[in-house]
Amino acid sequence: MAKTSTLRLKFDSTRTLAPAPESKSIAKIAERYELFINGKFEKPASKKYFNTVNPATEEVLSKVAAANAADVDKVVMAARNAYNKVWGKMPGKERAKYIFRIARLIQERAREFAVIETLDGGKPIRESRDFDVPTAANHFFYYAGWADKLEYAFPNRNPQPLGVAGQIIPWNFPLLMAAWKIAPALACGNTVVLKPAETTPLTALKLAELIQEADLPPGVVNIITGAGDTGAALVNHPGINKVAFTGSTEVGKIIQKAVAGTGKKLTLELGGKAANIIFDDAPLDQAVEGVINGIFFNQGHVCCAGSRLLVQESVYKQVLQKLKDRLETLIVGDPMDKNTDIGAINSRQQLEVINKYIKIGQQEGAEMFQSSAVIPKKGFYCRPTLFTNVAQSNRIAQEEIFGPVLSIQTFRTEDEAIEKANNTPFGLSAGVWTDKGSKIFNMTSKLKAGVVWANTYNKFDPVSPFGGFKESGFGREGGLHGLGAYLKV
Amino acid sequence: MITAIPDFTITPRIDQVGVEERAARFTKRSLKEDTKLNGLKLALNMIDLTTLEGKDTDGKVKQLCYKARHLHDAYPGLPTVAAVCVYPSMVGMAKKALGDSGIKVASVATAFPSGQSTRDVKIRDTKYALAQGADEIDMVISRGKFHQGEYNFVFDEIATIKEVCGDARLKVILETGELGTYDKVRKASDIAMYAGADFIKTSTGKIPSAATMPVTLVMLEAIRDFYYKTGKKIAMKPAGGISKAKLALHYLVMLNEVLGEGWMNNEWFRFGASSLANDILMQLMKQRTGVYQSGDYFAND
Repeated sequence: MAKTSTLRLKFDSTRTLAPAPESKSIAKIAERYELFINGKFEKPASKKYFNTVNPATEEVLSKVAAANAADVDKVVMAARNAYNKVWGKMPGKERAKYIFRIARLIQERAREFAVIETLDGGKPIRESRDFDVPTAANHFFYYAGWADKLEYAFPNRNPQPLGVAGQIIPWNFPLLMAAWKIAPALACGNTVVLKPAETTPLTALKLAELIQEADLPPGVVNIITGAGDTGAALVNHPGINKVAFTGSTEVGKIIQKAVAGTGKKLTLELGGKAANIIFDDAPLDQAVEGVINGIFFNQGHVCCAGSRLLVQESVYKQVLQKLKDRLETLIVGDPMDKNTDIGAINSRQQLEVINKYIKIGQQEGAEMFQSSAVIPKKGFYCRPTLFTNVAQSNRIAQEEIFGPVLSIQTFRTEDEAIEKANNTPFGLSAGVWTDKGSKIFNMTSKLKAGVVWANTYNKFDPVSPFGGFKESGFGREGGLHGLGAYLKV
Repeated sequence: MITAIPDFTITPRIDQVGVEERAARFTKRSLKEDTKLNGLKLALNMIDLTTLEGKDTDGKVKQLCYKARHLHDAYPGLPTVAAVCVYPSMVGMAKKALGDSGIKVASVATAFPSGQSTRDVKIRDTKYALAQGADEIDMVISRGKFHQGEYNFVFDEIATIKEVCGDARLKVILETGELGTYDKVRKASDIAMYAGADFIKTSTGKIPSAATMPVTLVMLEAIRDFYYKTGKKIAMKPAGGISKAKLALHYLVMLNEVLGEGWMNNEWFRFGASSLANDILMQLMKQRTGVYQSGDYFAND
């Protein structure tokens, strides 16, 4: 009999799958994109453009306009005009028709959106095809249904739109975040100015084309591109009534300061350092799979990623072995390949951040394990990474890495798990894995996190509200609660 | 060899939603070109070509055995199937027909498919099959006793049959369609492996609910845990309900990602199937010629 401590299963080395690339031909990407203002594409006042790059190959995909303060002024005026003259007055059931139309058009062009999302952002085509695009369409469908029922959502409160919403979204789920922002705003009768992230503007601009096609009244949805200064100009513009931001806690704090005292309504959806907690009575194989999805979904570029794993010490060895085996079967590489599990890191800058933290983890004395996956030479890639022997005081356990890096700690009692899980400035999400219902209820009532998943992770639905505690932000997106963020009630 | 027998009243738990989601994920793998071709040939080589009918005759078995050796002469260089699986009374015929081809003869035994008989009858059934020359025995567990919580009874029965088998490899059929939950599939897998099973097998093929990917996944994970605990490899045989080449490839993807390279051969994995072979042959011919041929070009034996 072999010594069991040295047993290893052999994965994949000789059985690499033949390439199964999705075709790029469906994606029509223009050489240059202008600003989408008042229903038309207009050249930026700045006359400046910046490149958007495919992070998987480092090829330039397109040039995108950089909006300056003058453009922001113009776009806010357009949105205000559309609000005053058309959208603010339109009956809910008429607004709903437009929103339904957007939803259906997204479904019709799902494949094109999926391909562009993957080309521009680096996420695996399997995810953009099966998650990002369908969920984005679902958000429009869901909020279209609310547009004429706002009185029922807030009975006797006479809910009224806010006016013009300035919305700034991140690069991790470009189309989906646009849907999260635009759908409820429109359903509630607001007009919007949306600014996608500078590394991933293409699907939002494609959405602008689609909105043109849907014949939405000009100025109801405006999409401008640019970097941080464009976002700042938008946030600080006196003509907007509402700021919705998804992104880093650092920028969130700046925005909150900027908005203070202006009367603008604000929702922030910021960072996270979620704990995934596995008890010894959990269904371990499914828990391990949940942990894998929790941290490696979208290369770990997920604000609610389960980036800390807390395992009860009696099953620690078993869980670690299972995690390592599973790590070996993850396919890292070309995001356009249908078999890829982990695609490209979104940008060179983000890859540098992740690598910095990997170095810090090792310097802090944590033990590192990476899969043996061979990563492409060109493009921005990072092997899935585990750290064990992590202390609560380690930076890799405290700070958001936003990459495929999991830090693993153990715990002995429920109280210790709760203590460790809550001992973070963040509070966006958490996961609990146990077979015991009463334990789930105890944990969920004590964990300070906006979303707690039980025996699953990273599940999203338009019906379910999403948002954070503490430095993970405030306000909720999705569900009935998501309407409240865009209404005077 | 295995010293510590665990307490089977507390076996690992399975989360239904999670295991079904994971199983569905394997079906998202897209197999192309060489990967597909090699996968199809491997699947062919893993088949236990099966006929288990009351109306089976010597002639029928003889035909099946010829098919096992010559899957499709229009496509030279194909592998043979792994084994032919028959009732005990047909073992002698099958053995003779297969000759020195290297194809194994597997016989169902122990009052297949219900297992509703005495231990003595089951032992004699097994001995008869072995005396006729069976290389492998496919036994059924006593599902009634299992549901009653008589785990020791089920364990002892398997251990007894294993002893009777001697060098012949023992496949233990859990009949997962009668077990009801994934938790019970896991428990029955553990009992079978600790009692001495060489293979664990999903189904008899005699009830409507046969092998599924989630059930097979639960069993593969049980095999993995057992391997890490004891160092002993156990083989897997999903049976019934796998009749399409594409589905067989999904199973192979799952096998490769749960147990890895060491199990990717017919010593450690089998498909119990009667009509799978022809669908694989049809796909192989399509790969070669670029067009699908009518079912009439493939022999139904």
